[in-house]
Amino acid sequence: MTSVQIEVFLQTLIAGLLLGGLYALIGLGMTLIMGVMKIINLAHGELMMVAMYIAYWMFVLFHIDPYLSIFIATPILFLIGIALQKFLINPVLKVESILPENQVILTVGIGMVLANLATLFFKSDYRSTPVDYATNAFYLSDFWKTSPIELSLSVPWTVSFVFAVIITISLWFFLAKTDTGKSIRATAQDTDAALLMGVNVKLMRVVTFGIGAGLVGAAGCLFLPIYYLFPSLGGQFTLIAFVITILGGLGSTIGAIIGGLILGVFESMTATYVGMGWAPVGRFVIFVVCLIFLPGGVASILKRKRLGK
Amino acid sequence: MKRYLPLIILAILAVLPVIGLSTYMMHILILVIMWSVIGMSWNLLGGYCGQVSFGHAAYFGVGAYTAGVLYSKFDLSPWWGLPLCVVVVALFSLVLGFIVLRLRGPFFALATLASGEVMRITAENWVDFTGGTMGILIQRRTWVEKTWYFYIILIIAALTFFMIKKLVESKLGYYFVAIREDQDAAESLGINTTLYKTIALCISGVITGIAGAFYTNYMGYIDPHVVFALHDISIITIMIVMVGGVATFWGPYVGALIMVLLAEYIRSIPGLGAAHQTFFGILLIVIIIFLPNGIVGDFQKLKRLVGLRRASG
Repeated sequence: MTSVQIEVFLQTLIAGLLLGGLYALIGLGMTLIMGVMKIINLAHGELMMVAMYIAYWMFVLFHIDPYLSIFIATPILFLIGIALQKFLINPVLKVESILPENQVILTVGIGMVLANLATLFFKSDYRSTPVDYATNAFYLSDFWKTSPIELSLSVPWTVSFVFAVIITISLWFFLAKTDTGKSIRATAQDTDAALLMGVNVKLMRVVTFGIGAGLVGAAGCLFLPIYYLFPSLGGQFTLIAFVITILGGLGSTIGAIIGGLILGVFESMTATYVGMGWAPVGRFVIFVVCLIFLPGGVASILKRKRLGK
Repeated sequence: MKRYLPLIILAILAVLPVIGLSTYMMHILILVIMWSVIGMSWNLLGGYCGQVSFGHAAYFGVGAYTAGVLYSKFDLSPWWGLPLCVVVVALFSLVLGFIVLRLRGPFFALATLASGEVMRITAENWVDFTGGTMGILIQRRTWVEKTWYFYIILIIAALTFFMIKKLVESKLGYYFVAIREDQDAAESLGINTTLYKTIALCISGVITGIAGAFYTNYMGYIDPHVVFALHDISIITIMIVMVGGVATFWGPYVGALIMVLLAEYIRSIPGLGAAHQTFFGILLIVIIIFLPNGIVGDFQKLKRLVGLRRASG
């Protein structure tokens, strides 16, 4: 390998890891909802789109930085999530029907309405990021004058990644240390047992959907400085979240983080070495390979390791 | 009387072109029949076998591209796509089934959704074979009038209807329903669930593929965004069956009629045309909450609801 090839490889790896950190945040929300409610939220990407538009208009109208909008968009998305769960999804859980997948189809309907309303209100124009530091970058040669290779690190990508890590760590503390977090994990493990132990399962479901929506809302704010914004962007992120959920193992939080990183790296590798347009196909190749050879996802490997000790 | 109802409806439909409908009316009729074929095929897999697919656009598109590629690469009439796509789509369903049928419930749903998207992206990027986003244009359509297209799709629909009716009333149909109700119980009773799920997927895929090949011939133009569309094909297919009635013979017809007319009606309202997906989404939410088994499946409930409103109003 020549130094140029090494440079390209390392650069791709860094881009992949940064992307993966953000993907993990999207995947986490879906995994949480999946674990507690046993349904897949197919409106996940559309909720992210809503958060991105909130952050966008906050910046355009009030000049609030997208990174500060996290504190505005996340609570709003939390409330939207709670409302969706309480008024739309919960009633369907009780309805008798032939197909048990009704809730999943319902979330498709919610996603359709959200995406179409966004198209109506904001037009289907692609909007590029409004912030002015979008193209700034750190260069390796600025820090290490005699370095044999040159690497760059985009400022917004790095900041978004750091924020994603902070949010993920605080989520972990919330799930592991607080009472509410423990109740959520108990509900995910065994609903009936949790109910017998005095956990308010109904409330936990509502809260979890809210947290899942809030997480993806935060991810939306982090994606705004580095990505385009258009009304139909939700669908692809729903798929990404789902691939991460499968890759990480259903309902596993650590699995989702690792799955997000793997997916990010793999995707940027395909983009560099196969072609830009094929990056989404790479996503599904890894998904199919995972289904055939590792149906339990990363979580099953982790579990095996723990049992082996 | 009830036994002959399908034949009577078929006869009425067959004489419709003779009485001289406008071209637009014929177009709507053809669309309704085409969508009910796709709806029926989805109903076999989703309604009877319980495997909810979000990716019927994959089969539709593969069928459509079979006909299109025959024309653009091999210089054959795209009508050969109709028989050939039986083989192509059956093979495609087998390969796809090997992967997606390992999953159950919502995971199956999402894996099929992903398969539709993969096919779209592949068709977009494989420019040498599919023509990429440029699509395939059939330079000379076979007929200018719609009468023959109407009869062809009517024959396809009639054959599909009787085949699915026979299938569902046979032993195979009971296996399907058993798998839907409880896959583990079916397995423990000695039903080879993987085999029967694969059979359902193949039949359903092939019928959708034939509808896709017909679409190529009828419309004369296909591109990846049209035939592999997630919302405009896969989700509409589900909506047709959900609105009409899951696991009913007549559901897909009622659903296709309502959905096509509704789509045309909303598009004709100035200023609201772009919002048709909002209306579809709201309709889907309302149907799932109030009539989870569709109009045909919950007909008694619907009658009661309407009756109540009349009594109170």
